Amino acid sequence: MRSFSYARPATLAEACRSAEHTRFLAGGTNLIDLMKSDVERPAHVVDIKSLPMHHIVDRPDGGLRLGALVTNADTAAHPLVTDRYPLLASAILAGASPQIRNMATNGGNLNQRTRCHYFYDPAMACNKRSPDTGCAARGGRNRIMAVLGTSDACIATFPSDMCMALAALNATVNLHGPQGERTVSLRDYHCLPGDTPWRDNILQPGEIVTAIDLAPAPFGPHHTYLKIRDRLSFAFAIVSVAVGLQMKEGRIMRGSIALGGVATKPWCVPEAEALLDGRAPSHSLFRDVAERLLHGAVADRDNAAKIRLTPRVIERALWQAASGTPQSQMDKTIR
Amino acid sequence: MNVISTHIGQPVSRIDGVAKVTGQAKYAAEPHPPGMLYGVIVNSPIARGRIETIHDTGAREVPGVVEVMTHHNRPHTALFEKSYMDGLGVPGAPYRPLHDGEIHFNGQPVAVVLAETFEAAREAAMLVRVDYERWPHNADFEAALHQKYMPSKTRSNYVPPKPRGDAAAAYALSAVKIESRYHLAPEHHNPMEMHATTVIVEDDGTFTVWDKTQGPQAVQAYLASALSLSKDQVRVRNPYVGGAFGSGLRTVYNVFIATLAVKMLKRPVRVTLTRPQMFTHAFRPEATMDIALGASRDRALQSMIVEGVTDTSRFEHNMENIVIWGLINYKCPNAKADYKIAPRDTYTSSDMRAPGAATGVNLLEMAIDEMAYACTMDPLAFRLHNYSDSDAMHDMPLTSKALRDAMAQGAQHFGWHDRSMAPGSMRDGRELIGWGMATGIWDAMFSPTSARARLGQDGRLHIATAASDIGTGTYTILAQTAAEAFGMPLERIDIELGDSTLPECPTEGGSWTAASAGAAVWLACHSLRKKLIDMLVKSKNTPSWVKQDAVTLEGGALHGMTENGRVSLSLPDALSLAGHDMLEAEETAKPGLRGKISQMRKARFTHSAVFCEVRVDPELDTVRVTRLVNAVAAGRIMNPKTAASQIRGAMVMATGMALHEESLMDERVGRFMNHNFAEYHIPTHADVPDMDVLFVNEHDDEVSPLGVKGVGEIGMCGTAAAIANAIFHATGRRYHNLPITPGART
Repeated sequence: MRSFSYARPATLAEACRSAEHTRFLAGGTNLIDLMKSDVERPAHVVDIKSLPMHHIVDRPDGGLRLGALVTNADTAAHPLVTDRYPLLASAILAGASPQIRNMATNGGNLNQRTRCHYFYDPAMACNKRSPDTGCAARGGRNRIMAVLGTSDACIATFPSDMCMALAALNATVNLHGPQGERTVSLRDYHCLPGDTPWRDNILQPGEIVTAIDLAPAPFGPHHTYLKIRDRLSFAFAIVSVAVGLQMKEGRIMRGSIALGGVATKPWCVPEAEALLDGRAPSHSLFRDVAERLLHGAVADRDNAAKIRLTPRVIERALWQAASGTPQSQMDKTIR
Repeated sequence: MNVISTHIGQPVSRIDGVAKVTGQAKYAAEPHPPGMLYGVIVNSPIARGRIETIHDTGAREVPGVVEVMTHHNRPHTALFEKSYMDGLGVPGAPYRPLHDGEIHFNGQPVAVVLAETFEAAREAAMLVRVDYERWPHNADFEAALHQKYMPSKTRSNYVPPKPRGDAAAAYALSAVKIESRYHLAPEHHNPMEMHATTVIVEDDGTFTVWDKTQGPQAVQAYLASALSLSKDQVRVRNPYVGGAFGSGLRTVYNVFIATLAVKMLKRPVRVTLTRPQMFTHAFRPEATMDIALGASRDRALQSMIVEGVTDTSRFEHNMENIVIWGLINYKCPNAKADYKIAPRDTYTSSDMRAPGAATGVNLLEMAIDEMAYACTMDPLAFRLHNYSDSDAMHDMPLTSKALRDAMAQGAQHFGWHDRSMAPGSMRDGRELIGWGMATGIWDAMFSPTSARARLGQDGRLHIATAASDIGTGTYTILAQTAAEAFGMPLERIDIELGDSTLPECPTEGGSWTAASAGAAVWLACHSLRKKLIDMLVKSKNTPSWVKQDAVTLEGGALHGMTENGRVSLSLPDALSLAGHDMLEAEETAKPGLRGKISQMRKARFTHSAVFCEVRVDPELDTVRVTRLVNAVAAGRIMNPKTAASQIRGAMVMATGMALHEESLMDERVGRFMNHNFAEYHIPTHADVPDMDVLFVNEHDDEVSPLGVKGVGEIGMCGTAAAIANAIFHATGRRYHNLPITPGART
């Protein structure tokens, strides 16, 4: 870890005035690790924990606003969340460990960085960590890397669980920056790597995530978060699927799907979701949806298994959602 | 020895447990001498080459940095390569830290930054820049297989197994045959406590080296030899060790570098490795085993051909016993085995819990299961059908082998007899249920060990030996042994371990400590007891009832009979009467003449039978281990509580071997890439089912003086195979590669 200056501003405006080479510190569960590993080298660390973004509140439209500094644990346990957005609670509980969820914040979850081995190891070339140095993950040990949304410059997976639920729920991210406030759809918040893989998301310098807004969710019991990983707890997804279905008389009116663990950002394909509109659940329908979601998937040296496995996980998740039997994160049996 | 069991065999809780959970137990990185410097090591990012230039100006400018030590400015060390051979080192040219500019492996230390604070040292270490001349290297195991070799006899202590019969001809004629290549991924030990050293400079100028090691006397000898110090200048301590699993069998570079820095700067130094640095030294080698088995129509094994390869470094020849186990454990008239090592430009692979057997037994037991199915025979019945009562490889009788009992009791406990033979025949909803089993075998070793027993005026019995308790429960079982031998309540016994100045004890490993140190403590206590009574008898103030064969020692006092009835003498009073403040005795346990003859004539092994239930979702590639039963035949069990913990811990580790653990080598740079606990997966609580451990009654007076075989490693042997075999039973899929992860190749 390199030396840095530390400040704890009392107001949002003050925080947003931060200079170049600044990182905002909230739960610290990712940033501090990365600083210890010499991956993040901020000159200034601005601790935003005392800013007023600690609440979960009702919105007039029946939705919910999640403060950016509410911890993952508190969010997953909040009665309004478990009541109205069990998909979100489930996805949060599928990630990390209780200790980490007790520290990690909602805003931080959006901004967490990839777990790519090559990103994490400063001895290896990584365009995401050090622009234009190359991508050692290509041709390397890349079993955990992405097969969707990759570019020549980067195949790093975006690792969040929570964000897959937020994408399926079509959440909105509220930002505050030097130029004032703006909102962006969660689905547009993260960037594809393209030839600028060091940009994980659309945040501008000095901009802070203040809250995440959720519109009323019409899914009832027809949702699930299904995560396949290398062990039964405390591992990032090999593939995960967040699904919400609006059902009426046995038919799917609308569906919302986000893939995690296989892509460089929360992976949503509106054309695939549209295939569900007005249809009754069936194997062939779900197979078509899975195929559409995986369209364009490209494997590198070690990760072809993801392309074989993912359609099966998508189909299972769609059946779980359609039958109103969401995956439990406590009972490890997948039904 | 005739042991009556008041203390030995009781499920005593760890006597060091409270010290551990309250932080009173001090580990290697915990002493904090005044003026201590923190050392942070910089490692090479290339596998092979030469250091051209080290740029340390930036590092030296960090406030608090005292020195950047490299091969350029280090103090004098031993001239000859052989001075760097460590106790359990392997043949070859040992790696010498900071010796010169040549790079032999990725992760090799190239510099150490020493600073007044850890933060300054770490920051400065990040600022050290090194230019390298890169040389070609090979770190790819598949490519290394083309260079596999058997070291010449002078460069190896490996004894090739003797073939029997004509295995090739018998295989050709066999009615039932299977043949496959099996593969095990490399693994890293990853004990919870990282390797660390704190060196204290004592007032007389000697060094007290707190090191995370399994052998304080081996580290002492190594440091003295490699740093050209006299042995009495170095004392090595390791009273507590937070797990090791073999990573502390050889000396790790941090202890050499820390002590070298002390030699240079004359100040105390602490060097702690990071988790990523834990992936820059010892690891379990990657392995392939080509196994061919042939059986007759009556399902008797006729031929066993095993060819194994493990990897080693380019500079040392690390060999393991991976191919012998089937030849020992199964009756099979024709068998041969071949073993070679494949060199690559990495650090030398090393012993990790049940070295050789964890690889060889598990891979072979997967093949045996396959053969049982090829013979359409229940896997347990097949093993019993081909059971050997002797060591079939050496054609030697065994001191004991209660494996039949272990199989029967394990099967009974598990409910094996309700199993249906056909794969995929047991289902619950979407999940397929599979039951698999395997047997385990591991050496039962005994090494010469010394211990001292001392009785003090405070009435306490003090036991000392240079053994290491790496978390196994050695403190506790030695206290039980002393209590038994000296007739002393457990709470009046102090055990001192982990100090090179104590009576000689071999490095902790191979499951030999319980048998060896236990016997030494037993002898020392008996010797002390005899000495005490002898002294009393000679003293004129002693009551006349005190006679060598007439008194008993019980509850920490001497007891005897007079015409007036039972009389007692407290131990402090006894000491006073004998005219001493304290009395001590030291003894060495080693195989006597009878023991040596027995070792020549009989083989000695620990055995086990493991049963496993898995639930598999065949579409999603998920595997859950839902039940594990391990029935172990390990001679006398000193403490069923700590012994069962050993077996359970090993079963968790073996679950990792079967399903999770794999160090991912990027052969382009020779570096293990998943060098952290987020990406090197060991089982979590959710992955570990209830595990039942049964100890089978096995009386064996011959295997070691106390009839003990040791239990540290047997739990590794067979468990991974039982899981793989259960996955086959669930799905009909045979995986030949461990670990079996989602999407893994079969």
